[in-house]
Amino acid sequence: MTEFLLILISTVLVNNFVLVQFLGLCPFMGVSNKLETAMGMSLATTFVLTLSSVCSYLVYSYLLAPLDMAFLKTISFILVIAVVVQFTEMVVRKTSPLLYRVLGIFLPLITTNCAVLGVALLNIKKMNGFMESIVYGFGAAVGFSLALILFSAIRERVAVADVPTPFRGAAIGMVTAGLMSLAFMGFTGLVSF
Amino acid sequence: MALIRSSSPHLHNAGSTPKIMRLLLIAALPGIAAMTFFFGWGTLIQIGWAMLLALGFEAAVMKLRRRPVAFYLRDSSALVTALLLGLALPPFSPWWLTLVGVFVAIVIAKHLYGGLGNNPFNPAMVAYALLLVSFPVDMTRWTAPFVLHADDGWQVLGLIDTFKVIFGALDHSAIDAFTSATPLDELRHRGGLTTEEAFRESRVLADGVGAWHAVAAAYFMGGVFLLYRKVFTWHTPLAMLGSLAAISTLFYLFAPDNFADPFFHLTMGATMLGAFFIATDPVTAATSNRGKLYYGAGIGVLVYVIRTWGSYPDAVAFAVLLMNLAAPFIDQYTQPRTYGHAKPKRGLKEDA
Repeated sequence: MTEFLLILISTVLVNNFVLVQFLGLCPFMGVSNKLETAMGMSLATTFVLTLSSVCSYLVYSYLLAPLDMAFLKTISFILVIAVVVQFTEMVVRKTSPLLYRVLGIFLPLITTNCAVLGVALLNIKKMNGFMESIVYGFGAAVGFSLALILFSAIRERVAVADVPTPFRGAAIGMVTAGLMSLAFMGFTGLVSF
Repeated sequence: MALIRSSSPHLHNAGSTPKIMRLLLIAALPGIAAMTFFFGWGTLIQIGWAMLLALGFEAAVMKLRRRPVAFYLRDSSALVTALLLGLALPPFSPWWLTLVGVFVAIVIAKHLYGGLGNNPFNPAMVAYALLLVSFPVDMTRWTAPFVLHADDGWQVLGLIDTFKVIFGALDHSAIDAFTSATPLDELRHRGGLTTEEAFRESRVLADGVGAWHAVAAAYFMGGVFLLYRKVFTWHTPLAMLGSLAAISTLFYLFAPDNFADPFFHLTMGATMLGAFFIATDPVTAATSNRGKLYYGAGIGVLVYVIRTWGSYPDAVAFAVLLMNLAAPFIDQYTQPRTYGHAKPKRGLKEDA
């Protein structure tokens, strides 16, 4: 149990996928203009990340490893992720058409969120077991969501600030992301994982 | 368009920004005096140098943005940032460290966002955290309180010599006798000793902590003065100190050999400075009273967590930055109800 807790702390705070490992920056910058969209995106990404890390683990350990085809892992994981995203898209479209419209292009783009592929590959590299893969994927997603939601709340405020013209928009967003990353460095050393 | 939904005190009072900033400077005087008394002239020089730089950068940015320079210099907010940074830096840190710090604080953390009132992060703490991450050796070389090396009377490095050390005319080996680890650092690197043994063995912890207690008391006095003048409400400092005390008491009762006592946490490092001068910054903190309670409590818990298990010597800067991050989010969910609108107990909830 402690081990799972440590994995969670490590992935959410210490090795936050967005702010420390710099994965998944595309949706982080793209969908963070409004708090509500950010929350929807976080939920969708959490769902996809957890599910895809499980699926890719299963594919790797019951299909690729026994057949001795580990060299195909990147391409097969991409396929798995694409399937999971397609599934999520169908679910969101049925359950919340509004969120589906708001997320727009970013929903299918979860496929190209490198945090998703990153988690799948890191799971194999760290030789995580079945439960560990689930917790790792879930923790990565929670870390992503935390960063995205806090960032979008700040951006809503910065959007109406008197920012000098050359720094409006994405530029000040990048500066803010950098300062957030600086703040997250305070967690260094909490867990050595 | 994204609209800000933070509640705010739209009320006017007689205190203008320059007035409040000047009150802050006055309230910091006991702290400055205590720091100078125990750690020598370095603190005063750092503050003076930082203020000079801050005014310079502020004027330069205002000139670049074609705003009235004198008006913005007169609100003294740059001076307060410089003061906080000057108090937080080690008294003997070299001149360029302060230069980098003030540049980051004033230009990047404050004016890139549009100046006073717009910055989401506390400028002084951004600068401190950046310096701590980038120059850890310079940032952890703290001055020893004079009680550690003087047997009789008040003995600190002379004013002129301190000037020379800071501006690089005197080699750093000259001050080796005057530096030591801070109590927080000392306790962190105590090896296999229990807390009690560490307090008995280490000179810094056995004899030096008195100086830190006195400095904390001085900041506390300044903070109470500010509370009395209603510069800020009691919510943030109380929540921060309360949560820090609560969580450290819990761990201390649970395993007194491994963890420091609550009094140690409340008086060491920048706890008091942070609680009254840094966390209460009205721009970067949460707005509503309930929000301030969450905000302060978050800082207290984070300070304890980072101090105890993290790898940086003091945690106040990081804890404040992390809660600055969360403040807009806290504001969103702690909006006070408007006057005359009670939350319905049954039936349709309006905000659902």
